[in-house]
Amino acid sequence: MRIIEGRQLTKHFGGLAAVEKVDFHLNSGEIVGLIGPNGAGKTTLFNLLSGSLAPTAGAICLKGEDITGLKPNQICKKGVARTFQLVKVFPYLSVLENVLLGSLFGMSPGPRMMDAKTEAEELLGFVALSDMRENLAKDLTIANQKRVEVARALATEPELLLLDEVMVGLNPAEVVQFTGLIKKIRDKGITVLMIEHVMKAIMGISDRIIVLHHGEKIAEGTPQEIAASQEVIKVYLGK
Amino acid sequence: MIWMKITKAFSKRFFTIALFLAATGAATLPQYAPDYYILFFSSLFMYLISTISWATFSGTTGYISLASAAFFGIGMYITAILGEKLPFPLLILIGGFGGLLFALLAGFASLRIRGIYFAIFTLGLSEALKHLVNWWETTVEHTVGRWPISVDHMTSYYILLMILAVTLASCRLVRNSKFGLALKSIGQEEEAAVHIGINVNALKILTFAAGAFLIGATGATIATQKGYIDSSSAFDMFYSFMPALMALFGGIGTISGWILGSVFFSIMMELLQTRFPYYYMLIFGGAVVVIILFFPSGLLGAVEKWRKGGEWTE
Repeated sequence: MRIIEGRQLTKHFGGLAAVEKVDFHLNSGEIVGLIGPNGAGKTTLFNLLSGSLAPTAGAICLKGEDITGLKPNQICKKGVARTFQLVKVFPYLSVLENVLLGSLFGMSPGPRMMDAKTEAEELLGFVALSDMRENLAKDLTIANQKRVEVARALATEPELLLLDEVMVGLNPAEVVQFTGLIKKIRDKGITVLMIEHVMKAIMGISDRIIVLHHGEKIAEGTPQEIAASQEVIKVYLGK
Repeated sequence: MIWMKITKAFSKRFFTIALFLAATGAATLPQYAPDYYILFFSSLFMYLISTISWATFSGTTGYISLASAAFFGIGMYITAILGEKLPFPLLILIGGFGGLLFALLAGFASLRIRGIYFAIFTLGLSEALKHLVNWWETTVEHTVGRWPISVDHMTSYYILLMILAVTLASCRLVRNSKFGLALKSIGQEEEAAVHIGINVNALKILTFAAGAFLIGATGATIATQKGYIDSSSAFDMFYSFMPALMALFGGIGTISGWILGSVFFSIMMELLQTRFPYYYMLIFGGAVVVIILFFPSGLLGAVEKWRKGGEWTE
């Protein structure tokens, strides 16, 4: 089943076409990688999907419902959650409060405080942060702040999770842990779309990969097909 | 660990007792205190209400509003204009709704404005309102200023005390609810807040407007203690800056900090004004500079640090 679908998605910033007529879809339960050189429009595409930006043209359908132009808080309540390229935790709230906010506001109707707390505690266990729940988010390492972001996003009970470069800046051991975490998220039945520069990681866990270049989709396929694509190699390495 | 528990329990008990004493004192004060004190406490209540209302929104979300003077002035003018025609309690309500309406308009107009621009926008807005009123009085009515109805000071004192009680109770209620947490999250990372389902715009505007209601109602009440008002005294920028200054001075993060700041500043202003009427503003300005330089985290922050055995200043 198609969970989300973009039709002729376009975003112009003045004369710059950051995203140009991109057609794509995600099937329920997939892990899909979104790759492309710097400035390819990956994060802009994420911003269109999460509602941070309204598209110049084109439409986004979530489970058949047109969600184009909705605000991020509305899209979140419909089951799309995200993390950010530069981590955006609430620095002076505790780790638990960060996640708690996700469960208190991410669903409608909102749960009761006790239920939300139980859920937040469970999620902290899921991302292996239970020991740090009373710490202020700003005092955590970047890798752990990224876990907080993932837990906070999961707390909104999404069906689709958008991960924007969660593995950048992590050491190899942390990359392995995060790869395991993303698989566990998929096993919960959540569809994952991830932007990643760590090629080894994304080739290893993606069911499919979409390649953007200068705002256009230039390739799509399994990791093997993408690795063998002349077009992709040309874009990444020059001719 | 046990020691901490004891001090915590003690300070909680202490807080309850202090609150009870303050409430009894405030409730009985007009029965024995001379008129001078009734007026002083009326103005203290006014500052407490504006500071707590201001800080609940601005201190928490980081959207620094300098529109308090506008809400306040609207309330005062409503009492001055409608005073003869309507009963006093109704005036207070209308004053509150006047402030609320203005805040809603200002809020919708400034949804996209953040940071320092919001402060400039709200400052400009209240100044514009002040000059609009002045223009109306000079060119249309050909008479500047008004004489609000007067109500006996004890009545206005008790009304201000009631508004203060409502302010404190609603502020605590909001801060202990999930919306209090959401307001903090807006101040810390608004982009993330909106992405976890928080209706950031609605929450900001409603909190801002609720504070404006309380400040407007206060303006409508305190107008009865002034013999004469005009646009520059009713919409005085002073009313916009004082809440910010008081909250910052006491400690921006907590209700106790806001209360402490308001009480301290009110007493300081009163003492300076009566003892040094000519040098009042000079000394007051100097004191503010010293305070900002040496207590950047507020009086409460300094006390916390001192208790933890750290340095006195940042």
